[in-house]
Parts: sequence; structure tokens; C-alpha cells
Amino acid sequence: MLTLTFDQREAMVATCIRALPDEGCGLLLGRADGVVVDVVASANVAASAKVYEIDPRVLLATFRRADDEGLEVIGVFHSHTHSPAYPSATDIRQAPDPAWHYVLVSLASSPADVRSYSVVQGEVSEEDVLVEGVTGTRADD
Amino acid sequence: MSAVLRIPTVLRPAMGGETTISVEGTTIGAVLADVTARFPAVKGQLLNEDGTLHRFLNVYVNDDDVRYLGGVDAAVADTDEITLLPAVAGGAW
Repeated sequence: MLTLTFDQREAMVATCIRALPDEGCGLLLGRADGVVVDVVASANVAASAKVYEIDPRVLLATFRRADDEGLEVIGVFHSHTHSPAYPSATDIRQAPDPAWHYVLVSLASSPADVRSYSVVQGEVSEEDVLVEGVTGTRADD
Repeated sequence: MSAVLRIPTVLRPAMGGETTISVEGTTIGAVLADVTARFPAVKGQLLNEDGTLHRFLNVYVNDDDVRYLGGVDAAVADTDEITLLPAVAGGAW
């Protein structure tokens, strides 16, 4: 399960809206139990509406910050501007860490749809998202 | 003396489980040759067949991305810290 505040959820959505027409993206700094401590926005250095890449400088700075603050980089978020909040084949193939939370923000509908997944050896599983005491509904519920 | 290499979580199982190791070499290419000689299983995640840096690997010398320092030709000094971080990328495509 991924746990975050309403403001953190809104920060992810705002980052993705600001990045339009390109995909928006950023990293999730937090604890190993899935609690998000901070949402770190990144430029999309791929500068594309179809793919994203976290700015390598943001990546290094966020890992350093995690070390300094006793936290971990626990996941990544990015938007799908015109498709559902589900990992694409590209997302699955390039998912670097089986322990990470992969958050998808779909801007194809309004309000934005925010969902979180784990990707382990190509296998995608949706997980619950707890936002300030409100448990999100998984697509298969 | 030698430089220090910081290993990302995803590569640790194939690199002895260590967070950092000492590495030899005066360029990034030489350092990665040292690493892949000691841990052959990770070669495909670090380098392309032609010896250039893998597209989805970020390599830093201290605070600097080696793409802007000459790639595999980037200089490494004994006091440097080298960090490997897999690129975080994907998309709807």
C-alpha cells in the first residue's frame, strides 16, 4: 500500500498538469513501509507526450537527500496524458526496482485518476492508495 | 588508493551485496572495466556491446553526470566518488 497526504497527491497532479502537453514526472521520497514523506517534481528530460525520463540531476540529488535524511526513494510518478492510469509496455520494461511504487496519473479524464502499482519481473499488480484516511478503490475491487 | 563506487539497490545482489566498493581506474571506462571484470553479470546493465555507456544508466563523478564529461573517457581521481543510478524512464508509448 502507498500512503500519502492529500497535498502530496495534489502536488503530483499539479506537476503533471504543468508539464502538458508533455508527460510530467517526479520521484517519491519516503519510508520502506510505503509512507511518502515528500513528492519531488522533476523536469521530463525526454520532453515528450509519450515518454518520460527523470532529470538525472534530480535523481542524484534525491538519492543523496534520502541518504542524508534516513529515507529511501520508494517510487516514481508520471502522467499518461491521453490514456488510462495503467503501466504501459514501456513502463513495465523499464521499471528499475521491484520494491518501488509506480504511480500513474491519468489526465485523460477529469478529475485526474491516480493509481499505484508494483512491477516485479514484468508482473504488474495494482495496490491500494491511502490518502489522508481515505482508502482508494482499486480497479479490480 | 582508489575511487569509491556507490552501487544502486537493484545492482547490489549481483555485486556482492555491498553499498560501496573501491574501484581502480583513471577513467570511467577503466573503472567500469574493473567492475565488469569482477562482476560479469552486470556488464549488460552498464555497457553496450560497443563499450559505450548503457542508454538507461546514469553515471556520476561526484556531482557531475559523465555524459557531460566525455562519457567513458571522463577522468577519475583517487578521491572521487562515482555513483551509478539506473535511469528512471517510461511512458505511455
